[in-house]
Amino acid sequence: MSAAEVSAADLAVAARPPRPARAPSTRFLRSELRLIFGRRRNQAGLGVLAAVPLVIAVAVRIANPEPGTGEGPDFFSSITGNGFFVALAALTVSLPLFLPLAVATIAGDSIAGEANAGTLRYLLTVPVHRTRALLVKFAAIVTFAVTATLLVAGVGLLAGLALFGGGPVTLLSGVQVGFGDGLLRLLAVCGYLAIGLCALGALGLFVSTLTEQPIGATIAVVILTVTSFVLDSIPQLSWLHPYLLTHWWMSFGDLLREPVFLPDLRLGLLSAGAYAVVFWTAAWARFAGRDITS
Amino acid sequence: MNAVESHGLTKRFGRQVAVDAVDLAVPQGTVYGFLGPNGSGKTTTIRLLLGLVRPTAGRHALLGAPMPGGAGAVLPRVGTLVEGPGFHPYLSGRDNLRRLDAVDRYADPAGTRRRVDAALARVGLSAAAGKHYRAYSLGMRQRLALAAATLSPRELLILDEPTNGLDPQGTREVRALIAALAREGTTVLLSTHLLSEVEQICSHVGVMHRGRLVAQSSLAQLRASAAPQVRVETDRPTEAARVLRELGLSGVAVQAEAATGGLDGLAPEKVVATLVHDGVPVRGFAVAAPDLEDVFVSLTGEGFDVSG
Repeated sequence: MSAAEVSAADLAVAARPPRPARAPSTRFLRSELRLIFGRRRNQAGLGVLAAVPLVIAVAVRIANPEPGTGEGPDFFSSITGNGFFVALAALTVSLPLFLPLAVATIAGDSIAGEANAGTLRYLLTVPVHRTRALLVKFAAIVTFAVTATLLVAGVGLLAGLALFGGGPVTLLSGVQVGFGDGLLRLLAVCGYLAIGLCALGALGLFVSTLTEQPIGATIAVVILTVTSFVLDSIPQLSWLHPYLLTHWWMSFGDLLREPVFLPDLRLGLLSAGAYAVVFWTAAWARFAGRDITS
Repeated sequence: MNAVESHGLTKRFGRQVAVDAVDLAVPQGTVYGFLGPNGSGKTTTIRLLLGLVRPTAGRHALLGAPMPGGAGAVLPRVGTLVEGPGFHPYLSGRDNLRRLDAVDRYADPAGTRRRVDAALARVGLSAAAGKHYRAYSLGMRQRLALAAATLSPRELLILDEPTNGLDPQGTREVRALIAALAREGTTVLLSTHLLSEVEQICSHVGVMHRGRLVAQSSLAQLRASAAPQVRVETDRPTEAARVLRELGLSGVAVQAEAATGGLDGLAPEKVVATLVHDGVPVRGFAVAAPDLEDVFVSLTGEGFDVSG
């Protein structure tokens, strides 16, 4: 066969060998994180979260000019003695609304936001496998939940140390431990709370596959969270409490006992794990075979 | 081999049949015009082809790979524009393309910059690449969608109304771009409701009407299949019509000062000779091939209005 007999179509095919699939990489996840952390709205939300410990630290400092004279419940009373407790007070205050709202915003946006912007159909025809999309979206929600929790604790810790100083930490059970031990316990508290928030994120991911309105998905998740808190406060419904999403969150205080009181923490982790698995699976069941008409 | 092939592809939404047993065959290397009025099922067919919507019945293949099973391997070789552009409003045009490149498991990260810049240059968006997408005009958005469709080397482009919203200059540029891609060997399936677009850049055509594919062939075949019409101008049209009928012309019609009919392979000079021989005064005689619009109206039974 002479060169002249090679058809244009043959040349075109020869010039374009099929591209090989590349090894799994973190490009998709990094792209997701850039979308989340690069967005002004989310940056403002993180700013609000960081403001909570600052407000607490400054307010307590103004009210109690003399260190070591604080009186009152919970962590607030301990703040003047040790700045360490600003972080714990800030986490406690943020837990009923600010932290769940932040996670609900990201989770509600995950699929519904893409559908609403019209980017979902282009994402899926790149192609991105639908299971892969849900895995990466959830990984991004987890990253955000961890970041948000660490941000509140980290800013609280720095503000507390600056205004009240550090030193040995007196635990809830009255035992004093070194500052380093205290920091490890604070890190464990952040991890425990972040896991609870990830369970909420899985719920948000599922709700996000049901709609093309990201705000609607976020509001639905916040309403579910608040409902859970309300039901948890009604003693007559005590039989229901162990099954509520938010019931175990406040058990993080058990990490500040000596020795650490494990039973409730174990149940809390089990509950969060169950919620995460059930709702991620529900999201997958809903999304994997859905007609994309957005 | 056909770049796109479907058999009995059907989609029902509740009671409504959006796509009804469509058998598409888009030969490799062609520019296939997927023509039909708004609401005739073109976009749903394209969503079915790309696996965005699951068919109620039927099957199809892209570039020889059965769908949706082969989507992971075949879709990287397919560029798409589905129902208008869709991008993140708070990212720039360039960052939107980088995002699409980042999620493509077949794309080499080292080449991202080169691919994105080349795609932006191809559609004339280099100067506006840093602007937020939400500040783009409709024409710029459409161009960005075309840049995304051609971000990586493609063997097949599936473009849904690619010239929608473009000014005449932009329309010309996009048509030239499609023609250039087709010359390089890319198969193009292009949906449109504009007959002129099909006549200008397509070699093949499929006509959708109320969810059904009512015609599919090369443009040349479609033109040839339409019988040329003769038109006899005379002051005795009734007699002329009688002669035409006796000769075996089809669809003979009488007008004020003329008679018309389909030639059906008859030699036109024989028609004139017979008319003169029978004493019909012939003032004028013309043979005309019907234009494509007439052909499509005869196929769909109506003009290019919205299907209900």
